[in-house]
Amino acid sequence: MDARIKEHPILGEPKKGRLVKFTYNGTEVEGYEGEPIAAALKAAGLMVHRYTKKGHKPRGIFCAIGRCTDCVMVVDGKPNIRTCVTPLAEGMKVQTQYGVSAEPL
Amino acid sequence: MKRYDLIVVGAGPSGLSAAIEAAKRGLGVVVFDENEKPGGQLFKQIHKFFGSKEHKAKIRGFVIGEQLLKEADEAGVEVVLNATVIGLYQEKEVVVRIGEEIRRMKGDAIIIATGAAENMVTFEGWTLPGVIGAGAAQTMMNLHGVRPGKKILMLGSGNVGLVVSFQLLQCGCEVVALVDAAPKIGGYGVHAAKVARTGVPFYLSHTIVKAEGDECVTGVTIAEIDDKFQFIPGTEKHFDVDTICLAVGLSPMSQLLKMAGCKMEDNPRRGGQAPICDGYGRTSVDGIFAVGDVSGIEEASSAMIEGRMAGIAAAEYLGYIGKEEMEESLKSLDQALDGLRQGMFAPKNRGKNIEKTEEGIPVSASLLKRGFVAEDEIGRFPGVTRKSGVHPVMECTQNIPCNPCQDACPKNCIRIGEKITSLPVVDESATCIGCGMCVASCSGQAIFLVDEGYGEGCASVTIPYEFLPLPEVGQKGVALGRDGKEVCKAEVVSVKSIPAFDKTNLLTIKVPREYGMKARFFKKEVS
Amino acid sequence: MGQVNDRSRDIGAFVEAPDDDMVICRCEEITKGEIRRAVHDGMFTLTEVRRYLRTGMGLCQGQTCAKLVKGIVARELGVSPAELEPATSRAPMRPIEMRVFANEAKEGE
Repeated sequence: MDARIKEHPILGEPKKGRLVKFTYNGTEVEGYEGEPIAAALKAAGLMVHRYTKKGHKPRGIFCAIGRCTDCVMVVDGKPNIRTCVTPLAEGMKVQTQYGVSAEPL
Repeated sequence: MKRYDLIVVGAGPSGLSAAIEAAKRGLGVVVFDENEKPGGQLFKQIHKFFGSKEHKAKIRGFVIGEQLLKEADEAGVEVVLNATVIGLYQEKEVVVRIGEEIRRMKGDAIIIATGAAENMVTFEGWTLPGVIGAGAAQTMMNLHGVRPGKKILMLGSGNVGLVVSFQLLQCGCEVVALVDAAPKIGGYGVHAAKVARTGVPFYLSHTIVKAEGDECVTGVTIAEIDDKFQFIPGTEKHFDVDTICLAVGLSPMSQLLKMAGCKMEDNPRRGGQAPICDGYGRTSVDGIFAVGDVSGIEEASSAMIEGRMAGIAAAEYLGYIGKEEMEESLKSLDQALDGLRQGMFAPKNRGKNIEKTEEGIPVSASLLKRGFVAEDEIGRFPGVTRKSGVHPVMECTQNIPCNPCQDACPKNCIRIGEKITSLPVVDESATCIGCGMCVASCSGQAIFLVDEGYGEGCASVTIPYEFLPLPEVGQKGVALGRDGKEVCKAEVVSVKSIPAFDKTNLLTIKVPREYGMKARFFKKEVS
Repeated sequence: MGQVNDRSRDIGAFVEAPDDDMVICRCEEITKGEIRRAVHDGMFTLTEVRRYLRTGMGLCQGQTCAKLVKGIVARELGVSPAELEPATSRAPMRPIEMRVFANEAKEGE
């Protein structure tokens, strides 16, 4: 987990929840409970959250504060979940969103 | 429908400040915020703030956030999180989504403190994963402890672009370039200088041609633009990056005010659509106030004062205090706000071309174009003096409202005077003891201690250092100049980190004497 | 504002531009060319453009593109963006599921 900051010169060690497992398109990935799903994906090096409906173009994190809705994914079967503001929970099923579903276009 | 004396929308610096002052005066106050945590953007601000004591200068943003939350709690302010205000109707009816429900409330007074949204620019590939807002970068690294990328290009040289670039460096990212379409750096010179001295190149009058990559960003091409904002062929430059960060300004999130029927104006100086309001945030609709960025883009320091003023004005509007008491309470806040709105970057000076400082000294052209004061310019500023023995060298060259350095020195070596924007001056009659308090107190990291008679033909230079790993005494490396280029070999002779410095470590390096006025950063030798 | 809305005004013919395929509204995937064409189709106000193309009507509700669209429309009309009335602000300010929108909390709870 290269993207994780272990110690920050001003903030010290990031305060994190416990390490939990979740799945990304069926593959097991680890992240910290309570952090945004998007942060866990980013730390795992996963950039593409969805493909758009019309142009089938990849999208990922853009605003990271729940405004732009570009990072939405299918989470536990529910589409359009803003992963940047949705806390990660153990066993979550996170899937790439194609248009508004988890079925590839 | 529940009724409150005051409903505040937004628990950022201005909203919390407003709620605190109103609650202190007896109003029943509720604050709604759509986010999971209160504090707005304050908890992402890890740098020391400018200003004077009353503005909480030299305190880091997230610490100010903690203080505000504590104050709000003590004042009995109710903060409801994950509460999205989705409408503001006639008679100040507020509709809020809380959890899976919709609730309607009535506020006798309403304070809108919804803040701002980031502006964006378009270029080929701007929708690719890896192109992110500067706010997203701050959120990822400072709140969630995840680096936004490895190699990053920053677009935008306003304070957000400069501050976030520095924060990216602090968390271990590489910033390959800082780019802006404008011909001059928009933010504070000191913020630019602390980025430039680490070796980040600035490309002014440049912008992004395209982001490259199929599934996510793998590179970026920038090019120079002419005065009509057209690309100049042949000036393209390519960088391998995985992240492009956009910091191209903010716009007030003023939709609720418009919906409520407040008179609005589109004013570029205020960042776009903003409500027309008086000095205390009163809009055209009686009992509706607007504070902070939603009433015109400024800084957190001024937002907090604006918030307090509106909180007091709301108390007066509802009859909790009289007019005289209000005016008395507002007096010192008025002064504090006025203090912050002085200097070269004051709202009234936006867009103006300032050629000379208040002292009549020509401003540094290099600082505005390249991010650092050139060697042939630095000597003309009053904080930059040469004398025998250790002494402060203050590379503070623009009139900004900030003065913690003058109180930091226990020997009164540093003088700013009555006017908070004046450039700091070294008092030659006072004797510097080399304690370094001034170095750590400077929010702009623009103060250095220099001793050109360190011995054995050497000079010592003490620099503020907020990176990890912290070098150790005896470590050899290279000194970088203001421009971030290598100037000479250097050796660390002292590392000081005491609580009073608040995480600004003081690194003292030894360099050949002739480089005492040139060496401004230290880099470990790459083995 | 009256001048902006003067439909008899000649804004010239639509001229194709190399960046017409640039996505402006990220949610609804509306391009710069589509927005420019809409103006030439007679959509002079931001509210009209929004209804015509759905710019700013996707998930993010125009958080990202509102200012960009405004700039493009203003340029096409040959006016300053400040002269354009912003699109109507109305509830819900944020996207919300219908089941939540219809679920009003009972009094006294």
